[in-house]
Amino acid sequence: MHALPMSINKDLVAASSTPLVLAILAEGDSYGYAILKRVRELSGGELQWTDGMLYPVLHRLERSGLIESRWENAESGRRRKYYRITKAGREQLNDERRQWRTVDQALEKIWTAMAESASSSGSPTTLPQGA
Amino acid sequence: MDRKHADDGAVSIGKQIEEWRTYLRRSRAITDKDAAELEDHLREQIASLGAQGLSGDEAFLVAVKRMGAIDDLTREFAREHSDRLWKQLVLSGDRQGGAESGAAQGSRKAWVALALAVAAAVAIKVPALFGINFGPDIARSRTFYGLNIAFFTLPFIAAYFAWERPLSRSSRLWLAAIFGLAAAAVNAFPFSSPEPSHTQVLTFIHLPIALWLAVGVAYVGGRWRGSERRMDFVRFTGELFIYYALIALGGVVLIGLTFTLFRSIGINVEAQVHGWVMPCGIAGATVIATWLVEAKQSVIENMAPVLTRIFAPLFALVLLTFLVTMVWTGRGIDVEREILIAFDLLLVVVFGLLLYTVSARDALAPPGLLDWIHLTLVGTALVVDVVALWAIGARISDFGFTPNRVAALGENVVLLVNLAGSAVLYARFLQRRAPFSRLLEWQTAYLYVLAGWAAVVAFLFPLLFGFR
Repeated sequence: MHALPMSINKDLVAASSTPLVLAILAEGDSYGYAILKRVRELSGGELQWTDGMLYPVLHRLERSGLIESRWENAESGRRRKYYRITKAGREQLNDERRQWRTVDQALEKIWTAMAESASSSGSPTTLPQGA
Repeated sequence: MDRKHADDGAVSIGKQIEEWRTYLRRSRAITDKDAAELEDHLREQIASLGAQGLSGDEAFLVAVKRMGAIDDLTREFAREHSDRLWKQLVLSGDRQGGAESGAAQGSRKAWVALALAVAAAVAIKVPALFGINFGPDIARSRTFYGLNIAFFTLPFIAAYFAWERPLSRSSRLWLAAIFGLAAAAVNAFPFSSPEPSHTQVLTFIHLPIALWLAVGVAYVGGRWRGSERRMDFVRFTGELFIYYALIALGGVVLIGLTFTLFRSIGINVEAQVHGWVMPCGIAGATVIATWLVEAKQSVIENMAPVLTRIFAPLFALVLLTFLVTMVWTGRGIDVEREILIAFDLLLVVVFGLLLYTVSARDALAPPGLLDWIHLTLVGTALVVDVVALWAIGARISDFGFTPNRVAALGENVVLLVNLAGSAVLYARFLQRRAPFSRLLEWQTAYLYVLAGWAAVVAFLFPLLFGFR
């Protein structure tokens, strides 16, 4: 509705961080920078996290036992912290997927219904158009 | 040429990253490992941006920006790891090295502190082998421990710092010599009577103050020059006092419970508690308190300045009210024999309040309301004390110059000079005619005068007054 480039609501970013991180780790073990890169790829750059904020999220997931971490020597010679999804993490991911799908389906239905009623009534005023 | 240029760039980026990391580590919520994880991220980001054609500096700036403001970052970490803020009270060691080496260092310090505490506890019981038992009601023990209590505690604190700090060999020898000579001197003094004489009591009180300066030399690792180092020692002293008081409170509860528990099964443990638990606790707790202050130093705000912030305005208010009442009612100060000591105590309190105010104040901050309150405090204390001195001065020759009175008068003058100098410097600072650091230098330089006077009372007064 705004004429600005789309920016995703903070709460939504926070809520989606858990399933996103878990899903990326379900693809394979990874580390902070690579996870962020993957998020950017997946969202086509729309989902912008402040880089540093990923780490408290990772630590929270680790504390709740959904992921686990280990230090390894990266090819650069630096120590790097890798994360791996746990069994509990996979269960949580499935749960999250169900929840998000439910929300997504509900929203999808209402979007469709709105679009239908708008086109059938032919009212020109109810839906303001974005730029 | 190009190669060299590139190398310079790499070096400066390394330095910038180092600085960024240091800044990050100031937060207690971010551990060394977290910082390492974030740094790995930053470096990779910089490398990736560099590959896209950004110069080293540009890449660094962009990477830092993307990482997010450090304040936001540390807040997020603190929210996620609030436990760390408390855990680090005791556990955190030196943060310079890596996480592992820091922790190892911390635990080594703890063990050395514990060993020294045990050594102090053993040392204080050694005289028992020669028939001198610790106890407040035995005259011989009272005089012996009164004179020597400083030697059962302070050398162990000094030893901890001598071990922990890079202290030169000659400084260590000097410290040992000072403690040794002082111990030899006061124990050689022929104080005669079984009950402590006046000069002996004066030595009891002043000897630890004079020797505390020697601990200070160990604390600053021999680098005694520079008011900042000395001010650190002042801060340490305040925190140590508070920690020791807290440990002592715990000790009182422990002893009280011990008595009660054993009494319930009909056993009297008075001898054990008075003869062992108390002396060993008193001696050992000094080293433990020292270690605690050192261990938590960087973690939470110092308590002494917080207390002064509460009490400085209250004392200022009381003194102002006292002055106004005195003028209003026209009452003079009732000159009793030992009235000087009361005013000495007043000056000591005001001196302490001012010292810890100065120790905590940001020297670069502009003058504020609190500064005016502090100046009022010092000013009223000066006026009250001068009025008292005036009243006493007229009659002091009637009372006669006993060691106690000379010592009390000397203390009053020493503190009066300090507060007068402080008032002048504070006023000049408030008029923006002198920097605040001048006051800081004056206060820390005055430590010599205080220790010097204490040494005079402890060592010369017995000689001057014939050990009366």
